[in-house]
Formats: sequence, C-alpha cells, structure tokens
Amino acid sequence: MSENRFRAVNRAVPKTDAFSIMGGAPVYTGDMVPRDALTVLLLRSPHAFARVKKVHKDKAMLVSGVVCVLDHTDVPSHRYSNAGASYPGNNPFDRRILDEYARYVGDPVALVAAETEEAARKALKLIRVEYEVLQPVLDYETADTDPSVVHPEDNFVFQCDIGGDLEHNVLSTIQSDGGDFDAAYAACPIQLDETYHTMANQQAMMETFRTYSYLDQAGRLTLVSSTQITFHARRLVSQALGIPQAKVRVIKPRVGGGFGAKQSMGTELFAAVVTHLTGRPAYCCFTRQETCQCTNTRHAFRIRVRMGADLDGTVRALWVDSLENAGAYGEHAANVIGLSAHKTIPLCAKAEDWRFTGKVVYTNTTPGGAYRGFGATQGCFAVESTLNKLAVKLHLDPTLIRLKNIPEVGKPMSAYYGEVLQSCSLDRCIATGKKMISWDEKYAPAPFSKPSGPHRYRGVGMAVSMQGSGITATDNCSVTLRLDDGGFYTLLIGASDIGTGCDTILAQMAAEILQCDTEKITVSGVDTSYSPYDKGSYASSTTYITGNATTKAAKELLGKMYDAAAETLKVPREELFFDGESFSGRGARLTVFELGRDSVNRFQTWLSATASFSSPTSPPPFVAGFAEVEVDTQTGEVKLLDLVGVVDCGTVINKALAHVQAEGGFAQGAGMALYEQVHLTEEGKLSTNSFMQYKLPSRLDLPPIRIAFEESYEPTGPFGAKSIGEVVINTPSPAIMAAIQNAVGVTIQTLPATAEKVFMALRAAEGQKEIR
Amino acid sequence: MTLTFTLNGRKMSQEISPDESLLSVLRRCGCYSVRSGCDTSNCGICTVWVDGHAILSCSYPAPRAEGRSVTTMEGVRDEAQDLMTFLAEEGADQCGFCSPGFIMSVLAMLRELKDPTVDEMEQYLSGNLCRCTGYNSQHRAIVKLLEKRRDEHHV
Amino acid sequence: MAGSLQEAYELLLKSRQSRILAGGMWLRLGSTPISHAIDLSRLGLDTIQKTEDCLEIGAMVTLRQLECDVLTREAFSGILPTSVQSIVGTQFRSTATLGGSVYARFGFSDPVCALLSLRARVVFYKAGEMDLETYLASPPVRDILTCVRIPLSSQAASYQSLRHTRTDFPVLNLSLSRDEQGLHTLSVGARPMKAMRCREAESCLDCGDTEGALQAVRQLPYGTNMRAGAEYRQEIASVLLERALEEMKA
Repeated sequence: MSENRFRAVNRAVPKTDAFSIMGGAPVYTGDMVPRDALTVLLLRSPHAFARVKKVHKDKAMLVSGVVCVLDHTDVPSHRYSNAGASYPGNNPFDRRILDEYARYVGDPVALVAAETEEAARKALKLIRVEYEVLQPVLDYETADTDPSVVHPEDNFVFQCDIGGDLEHNVLSTIQSDGGDFDAAYAACPIQLDETYHTMANQQAMMETFRTYSYLDQAGRLTLVSSTQITFHARRLVSQALGIPQAKVRVIKPRVGGGFGAKQSMGTELFAAVVTHLTGRPAYCCFTRQETCQCTNTRHAFRIRVRMGADLDGTVRALWVDSLENAGAYGEHAANVIGLSAHKTIPLCAKAEDWRFTGKVVYTNTTPGGAYRGFGATQGCFAVESTLNKLAVKLHLDPTLIRLKNIPEVGKPMSAYYGEVLQSCSLDRCIATGKKMISWDEKYAPAPFSKPSGPHRYRGVGMAVSMQGSGITATDNCSVTLRLDDGGFYTLLIGASDIGTGCDTILAQMAAEILQCDTEKITVSGVDTSYSPYDKGSYASSTTYITGNATTKAAKELLGKMYDAAAETLKVPREELFFDGESFSGRGARLTVFELGRDSVNRFQTWLSATASFSSPTSPPPFVAGFAEVEVDTQTGEVKLLDLVGVVDCGTVINKALAHVQAEGGFAQGAGMALYEQVHLTEEGKLSTNSFMQYKLPSRLDLPPIRIAFEESYEPTGPFGAKSIGEVVINTPSPAIMAAIQNAVGVTIQTLPATAEKVFMALRAAEGQKEIR
Repeated sequence: MTLTFTLNGRKMSQEISPDESLLSVLRRCGCYSVRSGCDTSNCGICTVWVDGHAILSCSYPAPRAEGRSVTTMEGVRDEAQDLMTFLAEEGADQCGFCSPGFIMSVLAMLRELKDPTVDEMEQYLSGNLCRCTGYNSQHRAIVKLLEKRRDEHHV
Repeated sequence: MAGSLQEAYELLLKSRQSRILAGGMWLRLGSTPISHAIDLSRLGLDTIQKTEDCLEIGAMVTLRQLECDVLTREAFSGILPTSVQSIVGTQFRSTATLGGSVYARFGFSDPVCALLSLRARVVFYKAGEMDLETYLASPPVRDILTCVRIPLSSQAASYQSLRHTRTDFPVLNLSLSRDEQGLHTLSVGARPMKAMRCREAESCLDCGDTEGALQAVRQLPYGTNMRAGAEYRQEIASVLLERALEEMKA
C-alpha cells in the first residue's frame, strides 16, 4: 500500500481539541455548572439487601438551604434500565430512580438537593431510615439456588424473553449450538475441561460521573452530562420520569473517559428529577467512591471451557459455558454474556461443532455494566488460556496452534452469527509479533528452563482475539455535513467523543473526500436538539459505523457541490475538476469560498447532506498479543518485562490515535491480569472502592508496550477501516498467564495473578511433585 | 477566613472556610484546569505548584497557602507549549482530563532534574495516573521535548 | 495556623475533635468531624540535622525531603529514602510529613518500619522523648510529636518490601540494621498490623545463625487483609529477611 494513497486519513493527525483540553480549558461538564445549581447528594444503603420501611426526612428538611429531600415515595414509579442500548433490546426495566428495595451496599435510598454542598451534607446526616434488613445474595455461583430473591417487585419488565427466572435470581439463560458438540467432543483424542474466573474490574476513567440539568428557554428538561450515550440518555430519562422525549434534551460536552462505564447512566436522573420537580438547575457529581462502588463495573464471570482437539492441535469441538454476575441490576448483562462465546469460538474456525450455554444471575453486589471488551475479554481469557493449555499438553508451539485454527477470509464464521469474514491479517499479526518479541529465541517449551537470576525464571506467552465493529443490523448512526458560507465545512455528529478522538477521525474522513485539510472541518459536541441521531460511542462502532455515514454524507455533499458549480460556471459536471480549493473547467473557476457564499445567498438549496448508516455486518478487528514475564519463585512476584501487540484494524485512520488506543488497551488488560483485585467484605460491601485500594497500574508497573499494525482492507469499511477500541484489551490476561506457565509451570485461572496466588500455586505444584 | 496568596503571579484575597482544600479554592478562583480525580491523594490530577513544588491540591489545606505562591496550568501555558505540541503529536492527550496535572508534574520535574533518565522520569511521575494511554505516548513526548531542549542548548 | 507549640498544644486539648495537621493527606478520608485543624507548618519543625550522636528529623519534614536530603541519603545505607520512595508519588511525598506517618503509626507505614529498625526515638511536646517501640505499643496520645531522633550507631541497614503495584501499600515490609558491635535490629511491618521487632531473630543474627533468624521471623504474628493472607506473609517474611541480609553483605 503506498504511503501517499491518502491525504487526510491513514496519518497521525493531532486531535482537534488537543490544546484546549490539555491547557485546562473549562470544557468538561463540571466546569460549566450554573452558579445557582442545587447540589444533589444521595443517601446510600449500608445494607446489601433491605426493604426501606420509612424514610424520616423532617429534620433534614429543616436545614437551611435544603430545597427538597426525596425518597421512593416522591419519585415517579416507572421502571427503566440505565443501559444505553437501542430500543427495544435485552435490558430489563429493573430500576427506579429511588426504590423501595436497596439491593447492594451503596444503592441510593434518598436524595437531598440544597443551595450549597454544605447544607446538603448536613441534611444527609439528619435523614433516618427504617430498614427491614434482608438476607443478601452475595455469591453469584450459588445465586440460582439462594432462597433470597433480589428482584421481588411486581412491576419488573422484561423487554423480551431472555430466559429469565426471577424466583431463582436468573436474569437470562441462553444456549446456541453449531453442529453436534457432544458427538464431536467424544470423538476427539484430546479433551480439555477447564474453569476460569474473571473479576468485576473498574473502568476507572479519570472523570467520575457528573450531570447538571436545567430548564432551557423552551422549558425542556436539559441535561449536560458526561456520557457515551447522548441520545439513549434522552430516551431513558423520559421513560424514567414519564415525560415525552420531546421535553428532554441532552448535551454532551468533552468527556474525561468512559471505557464503557458511561454507556450506562450514572448521575443523570438524580439531577434530572430535581430539576423536573423543582424547576431549579441541579448538579450531581459522584465521588470516586460512588463511581467505583455505586455505578457499574465489568461483569464477573465463571467460564467453563470444554475443548476437543486432534493430536496436531486442530480444535474440533468447543463448548463455552458462561456464568455471569449481573450484580443488583441488569444493565447490559444479557448482551455481555453472548460475546464471551461469539467472539471467541470463531477463532477456532475448524470447530464446526460448538456450543454456547450461558446464565446471568442477579446478586446483591455492585451492578455490572459495559467495560471495553464487553464479555469478549472474559471469554478470551478462558478460551485462549485453554488453547495455551492444549499447546502445553501436545508439546506444540502456541503460535503454530493458532495458525492451524484461525479463520480464513471468504469463509462464513458459524459462531459469529454466520457472517462471512472479508478481511483478516491475523496470520501476519502473529508472524510480526513473534519477530518483535523474539519468540523463537525465547519460547522454551519446558518451564524453569530460562533462569534469569537466583529464584528467577522468564517465560513468554501469547493469545489472539477478535471483537466486532458495531452491532450487526441494530444501531443507526447519522451525520450531517454542510458547506458554510465562509467556505469551511461543519460536521454535525451524534457520536460521543469520550477521549477516543472520533471528532478528529470523522473529520479526517470528511476531509479525505472533500480533499481538504482536516482543520477545515469543524466538529462540535453532541446536543440532541441539533445533532443528527447516533446511538453513541460503544461496541467499537464509531470509526466503522459513523465513519461509513460520514463518507456517505461527504460524497453526497461533494456531488451537490459539483452540481452547483456546474450550474454556476455553466460547465458540464463531467468536465469539472475539483482540487479541494476550487472547481475549474473550460477556463472558468469557482472557489469553495464562493460556493459557500453563494449557497446562502442566491442558490435555491443550501449545500448540506445528511447520511445514515446501519451495518448488515460487524467486521471483526484482530489482535495478536504477546507477553514476557519474570517470575520470582520465592515470592511468586511476576514482573512484566514486555508486552507486544500487533493489530489488524483494517486501514488505520489516525496512526497516532490508533497507536495510543492500542497501548492504553494493553495497559488496562495488564492491570486486569496482574494488579486489579476486587474485594468484598463479608457484609457484601465493595472494599476496593477507591484508587487507594483498587490499584490501577502506574507507569512503574508497565513495560514499554510495543504496538504494530498489520493493515488489512475491509471492503465494507470507510477507507477499508475496522474498529480498534475494544479488541486491544483482550489478550494481555491469557498471554501473561501463558508466560507465567511458560516460566514456572503453574497456571493461574482466577484473575488477577497476584504474587500470593502464584506462590501458592507453585507450592501446590511442589507438593504434588513430592507426593509423586 | 481570608486567604491572601499569589495565584499565577497575581496577588489574591479569597474568602475560604478553614477546612477547605486548596483545590476547591482554586476552582472557585476560575482555575478550571485543577480537577479532582480520586479524592484519596492517589491520582495526581489535581497537581499544582506551591512555591514551585508540585503538590496535590486535593489534600493541601487551603489556609496553608497563606502568603505563598500558587501556580496552576493557567499560569504556565507558555512554558507548556512545546510539551503540549509533542503530546498532541503522539495522541497522548486522549480524554485530556488528567493532562493539566500531568503537565504540571512534568514541568516541575524538568525544573528539578535538568536531564532526567527514563528511570528518574518514571519514578518522578509515578504519582500521575492515566487510564487512557498506558503512559508510553507521554514518555515519547517527554523524550522529544528533552531532545529539543538539548538541541537548543547546543545551538 | 499555630504560632507556637504551646498554642498548638492548648488548642489540641481544647476539644476532642481537634486534630494536628501534619501533611493533611488523611484529613478528608476520616469520618469523625474535626473542629480544629491545627497547622504546625510554620513552627520550624521541617529541618533535618545531624548532632553528635543522632540524626534529628523534624516532625514536619516531608517524605520528599527525607527522600532527597543529603543527610538522610548518606545515613543508614540510605534506607530512609528507600523506605518512602514507593509511597504514592512525588507530589504526595512533597506534602506528607514524617510526623504524620509516625504519629498515626499505621500498620502499613513504610518509614515507621525503617525507623524501628534504626532504634529511633520520638519526641513529644509534653511527654518528652521515648522509644519509637514504646510509642508504638502505647495507648493513643493527645500530644504533639515534634521530632524523631535516630542514633547514628547503625553501620549497615536494608529496607525491603513487597507490593502489588509499585506505589501501593506494602503487602509486607521488613527493615534490618546492624550497629558497630554487630548487634542487629529487625522490624517487620504491614503484617498487616503495626511494625514490631523480632528479638528472637535479632539474637540469632547476632550469633551468626541465619537459619535460626529465618525461622524466627516466621514466628511473628501475621494477619490477613485484602492484600494478602497470613500464611503468605509468614512465608515471604523470611524471603525479605534473606534479601536484606544479601543486600547488607554486598
């Protein structure tokens, strides 16, 4: 592919807002709160499960400056879901703004709105709640046989049948099959049956949840919110409050990260209900503790994998059996579980006989939600770890096992909804990654063969993964592109840039087609009043789906510009030449500036185009991830020496941003693999609810993360692009566990691999040797 | 009580409550670059300088700033220009929420250590967490900045 | 802002809800209401001085000073700087004070473990000077810590810790020093309980019985918290001691 094929895409273009956000300009939600906004604080349940008998609000109401104190009897009773997803969908309506039941430690029970934060704090302390404390369901592995019922309410709504059984705390059960797993597995000479556990990791974006609300000039309830789902939020707020969508407006300014957390609502309704009831502007901002403990996390999973293979390492039969902890509420849970299988089984493309069974259960713990990878991450850990186990068992190089099993272009992937693979360079990704990490020199099949110091051994490991690019035939994204009268372009989008840089990437795509510099395209935040509809930023979809809408709109606008220029210059359209600055033909010339000026002056039509895209497929990006570790056998400490990732995201639209997306994803994956522990007290309180106790990797804990791209060309993507946002988080866990196994022979199947776990595993292995 | 201090080179008097953090006072003074990220002194987002030392404004008692000189991102935008350019080139700004605090730490480091090694750099900046980038792009930007400074020094 | 130690002391006694403000790092994390926060930052308690027989470190000396000061870097094989350099980050250490760490005597404290192995003494405004070890075992004190004195007798020392991430609290820490007479002082902290000395291991080391010391250090009481279990702590205590001895040999 020649370097000069593109003008604006496939380059490292700085973000359009880089200098304002780095320079500390007041562009985030919390920087723009109206001075007279009421402070909204929540009183939260100290019990994991309790019924609220009565909330005594009278003393709190007497505090000077308090405007309202609300409990479940004061707020609308409509049930809704916090999940941002297209409607109708799989998310149960299991929430109320304030509920009669508190379903986890931290579930809100009452709300105070006051003129000052001080008054609100004082009032909060004066509220007395009478609880009927109930027996909580804390262990998700036994939730379906627990006598307690997390959702006993009679107005719970399943949007559709997802196999729920609330009496047994089951939110969803699911099964799908390809071929005949049982027969194929029975016929395999090699059979593996392994179980894995992944944790409820924190997304840990640096900006916590925050929303302010006010009534706009038309009396509409207007929310300014740090969200990934601007348009879904409008619908969900209207549903929860029981007011028409036309009466709700949502604005998304700059957002300080999301990673999926803000694909669910957090603070929105607490501000909104106060403005709705009092008419006053209101601001609700969660602390870090509230964000950790009382919004949403990655869903914890137990995954059992049964894998049948030939002696040459070809996987013939694969069963992924997933049990997922929804936590107290069901946001995204029934969708997340599907990805644990549908984005892992296809990587064993020869396994025509496969099965996926899944169960999602409610418990009285912090709700799960969306986090980068969305179930594929959990599944990848389990299935790829099993493949690595297969390699060890057969004494085969794990990279060669992958090459035997990965899918081929042109073939349908039966476990991936039958979609035909149209672009894939995973074989090249594996080859390049092997070179980068010096695999052939470093991979030694026998543990303890690479001593690097006293009690220290090194090892390497790898894994591959895939994700999607948007959700097949579900979500719609639209953009409007117009030529303004100064001869510049305005790109209106509903996609929510949360730091990912989609404002820049979409501008690059428009610039590519309009043959101008990216700076000539102006992009703004999202306002449901002005922006075209977009489902929001999730499911690795913006570059691919909104990108396709952008290229469509840009082509349409360019066509209209040709028509207008032809008419103005009286030159047939076919004879016109456009160089990005002007149209010329037959000696005449019309600049873009003149065109813009005339389009708002004497033309009958304003030059603008709106286009939508909803994808019939979800082309998977791929990644091959490698890790090298050094394990201290005296303590079990694992030092991460190297992380290498080679990515196939089709054509790379923005080289700098894609690179950093990949590095950041690998860093989060490494955190999940080694550092990020989740701890509940006996009473069910999440004690890892701060950055003091939930340890994100610091820069001292990560090696240089080395990323390379092996571009493929996705024929359905804009300029051949696929997604990158999520796939890059998946491989570190299985690759690092494999590297530990390669170094010292022990396998960690419950994340994270703390020194203590590795030490105990080493000791158990030692004990077994002695018994033998 | 009244706090009298110098903010970004300007003398200021501000009514504060005795148990207020410097962070909340600075935001009230319009320095919106100063933000809270964790509430537990762990993330480094609220980094500002007091008398030239990088500190965490979330846990710095506001009354202690009496008579001292406080510097925020708003006061060093010129000095930060090159660093910001390199960060932007690398795409290291990402969500940008932690960037001002990070930049304050880097500039403090470069005043303290003229030509830090990679190890010194990582050690010095370890209190600045970033969830977006995995830190590599930040380091590349700092290395570019150091190279530029070295070149300028030689010229 | 206290103008003198006497004024600070009087303020402290005035109400049970008064608190001495050291670095201020924990102030916002507590749930008890605080009526007076007494700031000692202008009482000149922020110096490090070497006297004839000890290093005297003011209570308001920041952890960053402890890390960078030439006196602390050169004394005691540099274990004071080593003990604090993993604490959160530079900015945190620029505000957090040694007095804050010592007065609070948290189990996870890194400097307390190091100081205990150096036989440090603590000086209070009213109660006067006492052994750090005595203070660690004493009931809560309403007094003002003014400085820490460390005898210069230590000839070699080593500080070791094991952590999940490099800037996390320690899973376990251990500090060992040896004086001119070849006598050892060994402290183990983050067990997760407060640092304590291990006299049995010290006597073993004094007689050159390394094996005995490695066994003895495992006999201290260890507990379980979210960072690790008691059994694991017991196992790695002897590893950290081994590492300390290795480092002191070098």
